[in-house]
Amino acid sequence: MLKILLRGVLLMLLTGAVNATPAFVFTAIPDQDETQLKQRFQKVADYLQQELDTEVRFIPVKSYAASITAFRNNQVQLAWFGGLSGVQARELVPGSRAVAQGVEDPVFKSFFIANTSAGLSPADHLPESLRGLTFTFGSKGSTSGRLMPEYNLREQFGISPDELFSRVGFSGNHSRTIALVESGAYQVGALNYKVWETAVAEGKVDTSKVQVIWETPTYPDYQWTVRGDLDAAFGEGFTARLEKALLGMKDPELLNSFPRSGFIPASNQDFEPVRKVAKQVGLLD
Amino acid sequence: MSSTKILSLPRYRWPGGVRTSLWFLLIALICLPFADLEISSLDPWSEMGRLLQGVISPQLMDSGLIFEALLATLAFAFAGVALAVVCGFLLALAFHHTFIRAICALTRSIHELFWALIFLQFFGLHPLTGLLAIAVPYSGIFARMYAEILGQVPKHPEYALPAGSGFFSAILYTRLPQAWPHLVSYTSYRLECGIRSSAILGFVGLPTLGYYLESSFSQGYYPEVAGLMILFYLLIATKKVWLRRWTLPLFLLGAPFFMGTGLPIIWGNVGRFFSEDIVPAPLRSGEANWQSLADWAGTIVIDQALPGVWNTLLLSQIALVVTGLFALLFFPLINRYCFGVAGRFPGHVFLVIARSTPEYLLAYILLQLLGPSMLPAVIALAIHNGALIGYLTGRNSNEIQLRPDAPERQLDRYFYELLPRSYPAFLSFMLYRWEVIMRETAILGILGIHTIGFFVDSAIQEIRFDVALLLILVAAMMNILVDLLARRIQRHI
Repeated sequence: MLKILLRGVLLMLLTGAVNATPAFVFTAIPDQDETQLKQRFQKVADYLQQELDTEVRFIPVKSYAASITAFRNNQVQLAWFGGLSGVQARELVPGSRAVAQGVEDPVFKSFFIANTSAGLSPADHLPESLRGLTFTFGSKGSTSGRLMPEYNLREQFGISPDELFSRVGFSGNHSRTIALVESGAYQVGALNYKVWETAVAEGKVDTSKVQVIWETPTYPDYQWTVRGDLDAAFGEGFTARLEKALLGMKDPELLNSFPRSGFIPASNQDFEPVRKVAKQVGLLD
Repeated sequence: MSSTKILSLPRYRWPGGVRTSLWFLLIALICLPFADLEISSLDPWSEMGRLLQGVISPQLMDSGLIFEALLATLAFAFAGVALAVVCGFLLALAFHHTFIRAICALTRSIHELFWALIFLQFFGLHPLTGLLAIAVPYSGIFARMYAEILGQVPKHPEYALPAGSGFFSAILYTRLPQAWPHLVSYTSYRLECGIRSSAILGFVGLPTLGYYLESSFSQGYYPEVAGLMILFYLLIATKKVWLRRWTLPLFLLGAPFFMGTGLPIIWGNVGRFFSEDIVPAPLRSGEANWQSLADWAGTIVIDQALPGVWNTLLLSQIALVVTGLFALLFFPLINRYCFGVAGRFPGHVFLVIARSTPEYLLAYILLQLLGPSMLPAVIALAIHNGALIGYLTGRNSNEIQLRPDAPERQLDRYFYELLPRSYPAFLSFMLYRWEVIMRETAILGILGIHTIGFFVDSAIQEIRFDVALLLILVAAMMNILVDLLARRIQRHI
């Protein structure tokens, strides 16, 4: 009995180390409610599995950094990154490339939202009365929930968010930002405009309590990024087929779950503005 | 000479324990104005209402998934603690070496969540990450406690050993048998801690209960949260039923099979982490010199380490005193001179629930309700640790034999009899807990309070592991210093 069990343990350790069949694994930044992400990316996994004729798994992670690390460590080979996380990941993995982005992604934007009790109204610039209020970003590594809002705040006020607001928090993701500003835990917040629009359309937001007060100028955001060494691991021409499959996502249900109207080609160069801003803000060396 | 001494009036001296306590109280009061203790949530009651609604209508999500998570929680706890018992025991045998002592102090001063965040960087979401995150700090903890326990047993049986008996024979035949019951009871207590740690590791992505708790919580699915929490309490409360001498081997052998498969380890990543990632940025760039290294470290210390240390100190000193007050309030609940058997039952239930709920989880819940400030963290730390110390003090106070002239009124009995006589034990539990509270305070920063964990988390999110490691080491140094200080105070009381 003991011997059998010991053998079992040994076998498990061995198979863990050898890892015979390489499955194609991908991940995504956890930028909104996990249930929604799981539904969306399980559809993507099924679609890719069919198109590529190989086993495809989606692995959910708990933080932006974890998705970058998994990509860097070659534990996932493909990832749906934000602008900033994509730039960070590609700097760490030589040869990796941005291959596809949503039609909306080259001209993405962030919304600043405020609890109505703060007495702010929509305008074409951020109001002076923002000073001294409480404010929440999304995740620390988010482009639309952190980097671009922080950049715009610094541009308009010339000081850091910590100096501008009486309290600065990080909600964790865009859905939480809506919830926290709606509940009044923070008076103002900034988030991905797509998440806001979807939540409003689905009736998940009480717009009598929270409203959009400003939108940022546009910037490039989300994209699919692949590692450069895929062909060596999965066979010649795999990357090309993957790119074709990603750009060929046409199923309206699939596209709606992102939500994007379609996918178009992307290149590393497209995200150069994000990299510059990240350096300026101090999130990249 | 002696006659003048007799004539001078005897001056009242506060007992050592009371003076120490008053110092701690004073420090906490000084900290108070600097701490941010605001309730920033506009409407904490409606959120609280939703949470309570969840509690009365608990729900289990996909039961297969939850069962797997439950098994994984146990698996990581058993495997991690078992590995730590072996390593800790071996280290305890060599604990007289300063080097071993220092290594153990370092490993246990770093919180298991920090260890998990470190291992995640190169093992990724592999079972080894969770296993080592528990085993490494627990080894250091076991080493110290085992060494203390083995050192306290009477030495006389050793003199009866035949001449020429070696070190190991002495341990095996004289120390171990005497120390055995204490070793077992301490290890069993630690196993319970291990289950809590294992559950919390889910918050960073390992497949334990915390994984689903975090998911349900962050989406506001309170009935699911309640379901998971009840399951967790049942697991801890029924420990005596499922953990027997004969089931232990089953759990240990089964553990490796239920930790999930995760993603395969790529060993090159390990080398990269140690040779590149954690090397300070200026040393990586090639043209390194002392000046650039000093600038780098200076900036981190001023912008991140100092504010982090300051907030950690503020929060932990306040939390320590509130913990003490809670413990003194809680312990009579289970004291036999205060309540009858039936009267003590609710007290026991409350203390079990409060001390089984990890601080991290409590703080997470309270942050949702009260909004971001130090207040939720203080309450969370005080409830968990207060319940634990209250339980220990209460158990201790049940050993007291009342004096024949002990007061009849319960309140008098508490203040004139139970409190003074339980106080020394209470204070030594508190001093021991001080370091734990400091370590937990640091980690609560991950939830957004600006203690040192906040800055560690930011560095990790910015993929700056050199900075993260430096800050983790700063946190470790704080804990080691507090530990040394606590033991000094303990000796002088």
